[in-house]
Amino acid sequence: MATITAAVEANPPGEVLEFRRQRGLWSDAWRRLIRNRLAVVGLVVLALVALIAVLGSDVWITGRYEATEIDRTTRQAGPSWDHWFGTDQLGRDLWARVLEGVRVSLQIGLGTQILVLITGVLVGAGAILGGKLADNLLMRLTDITFAFPDLLFIILIREILLRRDLPIVSSPKLLIIVAIAMVNWTIIARLVRGQMLSLTERDFVIAARALGATRTRVVFQHMLPNTLGPVIVAITFGIPHAIFAEAALGFVGFGVPPPDVSLGTLVASGYAFVNRNAWNVVFPAAAVAVLMLSFTFVGDGLRDALDPRTRGSKT
Amino acid sequence: MTGYAFRRILVVFPVLWAVATITFLLMHAIPGGPFTQDKDIPEAIQQNLNQRYGLDKSLPEQYGLYLWNISHGDLGFSIQYDRDVTDVLSDSFFVTVQFGVMAILLALVVGLTLGTLSALNHNGPLDYLGVAFATLGASVPHFILATFLSIIFAVNLGWLKIVGWGGPPQPELFFDSAYWDWRKVIIPVIALAGLPAAYIARVTRAAMLEVLNQDYIRTARAKGLSETRVVFRHTVKNALIPVLTVVGPLSAALLTGSFILESMFLIPGVGRLFIDSIGRRDYSLIMGVTLLYTVIIIMANLVVDLMYAVVDPRIRYR
Repeated sequence: MATITAAVEANPPGEVLEFRRQRGLWSDAWRRLIRNRLAVVGLVVLALVALIAVLGSDVWITGRYEATEIDRTTRQAGPSWDHWFGTDQLGRDLWARVLEGVRVSLQIGLGTQILVLITGVLVGAGAILGGKLADNLLMRLTDITFAFPDLLFIILIREILLRRDLPIVSSPKLLIIVAIAMVNWTIIARLVRGQMLSLTERDFVIAARALGATRTRVVFQHMLPNTLGPVIVAITFGIPHAIFAEAALGFVGFGVPPPDVSLGTLVASGYAFVNRNAWNVVFPAAAVAVLMLSFTFVGDGLRDALDPRTRGSKT
Repeated sequence: MTGYAFRRILVVFPVLWAVATITFLLMHAIPGGPFTQDKDIPEAIQQNLNQRYGLDKSLPEQYGLYLWNISHGDLGFSIQYDRDVTDVLSDSFFVTVQFGVMAILLALVVGLTLGTLSALNHNGPLDYLGVAFATLGASVPHFILATFLSIIFAVNLGWLKIVGWGGPPQPELFFDSAYWDWRKVIIPVIALAGLPAAYIARVTRAAMLEVLNQDYIRTARAKGLSETRVVFRHTVKNALIPVLTVVGPLSAALLTGSFILESMFLIPGVGRLFIDSIGRRDYSLIMGVTLLYTVIIIMANLVVDLMYAVVDPRIRYR
């Protein structure tokens, strides 16, 4: 390794390899992703949404009203210059509330997938590392979790965790993240285990083993990086899945409790007044749809870019 | 094949036991009991109630009793409805099944048609339309689709209704037209069918394209067969295999995933029962619904695995 690095440093790649510029796996994947029009649209929308979500009340566009600011003089108003998305039954500005909902949905989508990634990789790698018994136990655990109806399971976990003074998961938002993650880690665990199983007989793994690398080192240094592609794709699809789960739960009354808002609870409270002011449903519902579509576009693009095998079947 | 099927079916029982146990433990981990109300109930009455429903016994005793009962098909007694859980469930399950079956039929018709048309019109305008539908349908949640449909067709146009279920409440009344109100059925069924239709369209299109590239299709054309015959006899028949394998899990997902829509449109199905019983801590009913749903999911996965084994003999020997 050391000699290769030294050689590269001595001869910068641009000069030595003039005839063909070398591209790594990731830059190659990035180029393929950028060529996919829908994925780019998704990326741009998500970047915009993330920007708006990050900008706080200091900026005019995002900080015109507080999400909880009640103004009884303008209740159930339609869209206007003052209230871009109109107002709800208490005269709260819907634009501010939808922004807050998007923020919460993004937090839940990303937060869930971080937990899912950690748990899934640990369980998947643990099944490979721990020998036959551990593999069996962990995979049966995965099977059982998988057999549970997921939304019901999330509701049950939420009911158990809620109204208890737990040390870490004290906020209801965090609690929902934990509840959704407790159901969704199975996909990553199975994926990581399956990928690693298929890697065990590959030359570079055998070579690493022959060189005397420990099992842990083989799994985490040599196998894990090679499972990254499919895992990233699965995580990207997991985000809209988690956003859907939270929105659906919020819609039937098992989401974040008020005064917090999420897109699901916004659609639900808007739907209760759908006869008087349909805008209250339209905007949060459209926000859910746009978020989920964007993540799906990016996920589709990533899958095609990172896994050359699936590209052929899509033509 | 029989050996493989037998082994696969045997695995179902430990999973069911595990799910029953986990549900039991989760249920009792929820703070508060079924008689925890806002107003104070006298101590004696509280004790009587607990005794009546077996809630005064120790947890291991309750667990043993519960396992014994469910292994005999007795899901216990619903505190909230004052009826046996199996009775309550069978009524509402009939509604959920009607809802789910209608949705999956609609999804099959729409999905198969769109997928086939897309594949035959590969890279043409119809194909793009089909792909656009498949993408949209797969990523817009059913309750969002349902809200938009309600706003347009019920609130603004007033053509359809969005409260209650338009089908008969009991199997005996299935053919009695007095119990049917199609105006209540249409929006929920379309909303529920959206995602599976998109998914089936996607799978059908991919399968059709693959089959159309096979040598035997070229042979069929070379023989001078008419295009209709090539499409229906040689292509669709072979392209259906991958589609069939996704219908199982999709049906399970429809039956167990419809509770959001059931609760939205006040459809008296199993899912709404679950939502109601969570708030009231109706232990037996919650466990009954969870077990029912789990059985459906496990069965669907089992059927799919067996189907794969039939289609691809290599799987049996793993």
